[in-house]
Amino acid sequence: MRWLIHLFPLPALVIYTLFVVYPIFSAFLYSLYDWNGIKRGAFVGLQNFMTLFTVEPFNEMFWNAFRHNVFYFVVEMIVQNGIAFGLAFLIYRKIRGSGFLKIAYFMPRLLSVIVIGFLWKLILNPNYGALNTVLAKIGLEEWSRPWLGDPDTALLAIILINCWFGIGFAMLIFLAGLQSIPEDLIEAARLDGATGLRMLWKMILPLCMPAITIMTIFTFIQAFEAFELVYAMQGSMGEPFYSTDTLAVYFYRMAFSSGAGDVTLGLGSALAVVLFCIVGSVSALSLYLMRKREVQH
Amino acid sequence: MKMTVGGRAVSYVLAYLFALLALYPIVLMISSSLKTNMEIFASPLSLPKTFSLDTYKKLWEAVPYADFLWNSVFVSTLSVLLITVFSAMAAFYLSRFSFKWTAGLYFFFIIGLMIPIKLGIVPLFLLMKNLGLLNSLWSLILIYTASGIPISVFILTGFFRTLPIELEEAARIDGCSHFQVFWRVLLPLIRPALATVVIINFIHAWNDFFFPLIFIQEEALKTIPVGMMVLFGEYETDWSLLFAGLTLSALPMIVVFLMASRQFMEGLTAGAVK
Repeated sequence: MRWLIHLFPLPALVIYTLFVVYPIFSAFLYSLYDWNGIKRGAFVGLQNFMTLFTVEPFNEMFWNAFRHNVFYFVVEMIVQNGIAFGLAFLIYRKIRGSGFLKIAYFMPRLLSVIVIGFLWKLILNPNYGALNTVLAKIGLEEWSRPWLGDPDTALLAIILINCWFGIGFAMLIFLAGLQSIPEDLIEAARLDGATGLRMLWKMILPLCMPAITIMTIFTFIQAFEAFELVYAMQGSMGEPFYSTDTLAVYFYRMAFSSGAGDVTLGLGSALAVVLFCIVGSVSALSLYLMRKREVQH
Repeated sequence: MKMTVGGRAVSYVLAYLFALLALYPIVLMISSSLKTNMEIFASPLSLPKTFSLDTYKKLWEAVPYADFLWNSVFVSTLSVLLITVFSAMAAFYLSRFSFKWTAGLYFFFIIGLMIPIKLGIVPLFLLMKNLGLLNSLWSLILIYTASGIPISVFILTGFFRTLPIELEEAARIDGCSHFQVFWRVLLPLIRPALATVVIINFIHAWNDFFFPLIFIQEEALKTIPVGMMVLFGEYETDWSLLFAGLTLSALPMIVVFLMASRQFMEGLTAGAVK
């Protein structure tokens, strides 16, 4: 009966292969064919990729959305992860009420993105929303504007809301990283005269590298998958004027909501493949590079 | 580490200011749901003057909340159960045995961490259609289970590896089978990691709206997040109803969280930085 042990990984393997690996693999295949309606047409090789990158308006749409994804990543790294690390550091240094603080920071993460989208839409409403009311109360009335209706502010507003959502989780990861640093290492550094910023920079940050690596990869994947919040708040066109469009929203538009389903199913799959390659290669590379720089303890 | 008095004061101000920033929109959502529309527009920031549940009564009539709630509970619970059992079995195999193929199999599972499964949505849609699972809660359960497996196998395998092999050897000398070692000896020891897996996957399955948006058309089969979306098209100007809808979607998760916040916090970080 010893062979029975080989049945252990089987249920996980079957479900995972069928509903994760097979669809992704098929998307690769789909991208190489022409599509007539929902029936697969002729094999066209890399034609769909050529169209995606060289034919208007597809290429403009692609680069527009791509820029937004990069912006998403940069702002989240600085704002979300920066603040989250700061807060984790404060709690690590034993602040009173840290139990309450952790719960408070994490609360937004419990809400469905769809709830967050609509909640903030109501808060940012130009006429009756709470944000403009607050601005008026503290004498910054001229700052108030239709945040989501203005192409200059809409994308940033959405990304900041995403940061609001994600800070609690990032904070917990960083805190776990900080708490895994052995006390005696910090003590030894302190006896050697390391203080304040120097301590943070030379000791704590390098020792936190595993947590920072993980959060960087998470943030990157999130930024390049960004879909829900944009869809919930600005619809499948990334309004206003595609100013909040992301690659995943563009993909959704091609796959599900375009009138000309025949052309775009192959193109949509090509876009999915490109997106998969970006996420896969960058997260593999950053994992490799950052593992090399990590300090062992 | 020591901090100066000034530094300490600044720390406290910052830490609590961010707590306010995190909580305020949620408090605003709940308090607005208890107001009338007039009150929301006249004084959006103040607490409700009179406590009234009228909006909730109206909401109850507008959407089949009980159905949505049941669907969400059914889908999330079953998905989490399947993920946990299947992943634990796979992780046990991967961490305790070394056949030629175990390393490759582990890698195969882990690739899933980097695959954005949403990108496979078109083939997935056609697959579900062929299996006759469109408009069925099983489509959601299968997808959440499948997409939850990589992270869960990753966390659980890491944990199994930290357990000393002697435990298992002792159990085997006492005559335990593979299954008994797994079920009676090792599983109880990895409880913190199991909690992590349960929590991560539960939050995900409960809150997701992408897959139900695409797979579920029938009103009575919608989960809470998608079901509530209806309100935002139909009752665009009734803000108190909208806030009540948001509150009602968020409430079950908030209640569970507040009841089990300690396990939540420890669980979420237990497997994260290994």
